[in-house]
Amino acid sequence: MIGVGKIKQYSNILDKPLSKGKQEVSLSAYAFLFSELVQYNQTQVDNIAELERRLEDAGYAVGARVLELLCHREKGNRRETRLLGILSFVHSTVWKVLFGKVADSLEKGTEHEDEYMISEKELLVNRFISIPKDMGTFNCGAFVAGIVRGVLDGAGFPAVVTAHFVPVEGQQRPRTTILIKFAEEVLRREARLG
Amino acid sequence: MAPVGPRSGDAIFANMERVNAELFTLTYGATVRQLLTDLEEVEEVNKQLDQMGYNIGIRLIDEFLAKSNISRCVDFKETAEVIAKVGFKMFLGVTASVTNWDADGTCCSIILEDNPLVDFVELPDTFQGLYYCNILSGVIRGALEMVSMKTEVTWIRDVLRGDDAFELQVKLVKQVPEEYPYKDDE
Repeated sequence: MIGVGKIKQYSNILDKPLSKGKQEVSLSAYAFLFSELVQYNQTQVDNIAELERRLEDAGYAVGARVLELLCHREKGNRRETRLLGILSFVHSTVWKVLFGKVADSLEKGTEHEDEYMISEKELLVNRFISIPKDMGTFNCGAFVAGIVRGVLDGAGFPAVVTAHFVPVEGQQRPRTTILIKFAEEVLRREARLG
Repeated sequence: MAPVGPRSGDAIFANMERVNAELFTLTYGATVRQLLTDLEEVEEVNKQLDQMGYNIGIRLIDEFLAKSNISRCVDFKETAEVIAKVGFKMFLGVTASVTNWDADGTCCSIILEDNPLVDFVELPDTFQGLYYCNILSGVIRGALEMVSMKTEVTWIRDVLRGDDAFELQVKLVKQVPEEYPYKDDE
């Protein structure tokens, strides 16, 4: 095996200075990579729900790391403990770092107390994707839903997060809504904190 | 219209739509971890990453040619320079250099000064056989195949394995003569 026998210089990753995160790569590079991620996962599943779940898992892994990174870099190692605080952290800070802009909107569900929605006119990961008819409601936004769930879960706000297309009148492409449904314990804690 | 010369990698990158490199890095990391979980064998993961890169390469070359205004390279030396100076810059925003040419000019090394794929990455001891960035070698192989060059791309040095740089060896195996895709009698 190559690499064995060499003296490995252990440069501990934690000893390295944290980058400011201003580096960029081309959108094409990202789109190519993401499409490979989707295609690979397609070979591993036999139904749409499973595919979305796998993409969400991949996103979750990203979200968990983003939370750690951003809390360290942007918030002096403090994390949000209140529901609205963490939601606005996701909607503003996380979105801005990952997608270069604040999310289009953050709303509270009108029918259920525990539901919140983040909407985006054109989600980065859905930009170059058109869903074939036979794949029904499949939404690559599942990956972003996973990121959101990763951030929320890591911060102590477990939730079920799903991505949905919502048609907009007068526009060809539907917008993507990330629906966040918090676990009961989160709402109970929130009520207790007053 | 006057012929337009090839554009520099910097100029193209400046005009490309761009995304945060950390999103890219973390998404790639998530992909690699998924492969490690699914395939279990490090060798299989290397293979799959290379395959994914190849798939990207065969599509990426179109965009590369369309945006760079680069016409046919006169020899493999020029090809390697173009990959390092224009290709890497245009897509990943990083610079690379070409060295270690062999005598007949068919084998060289591309040295990456910066590699956005490996930020935040530490290779655990159990995955020492993993070529974490193997997707890149696949991309180069796939892209060159589309311009009639069969190549072998291998990792010589990898910072994640304790080396001091990222070094990719690109070896020209053969130049496929161009053939029209149709026959006379059709």
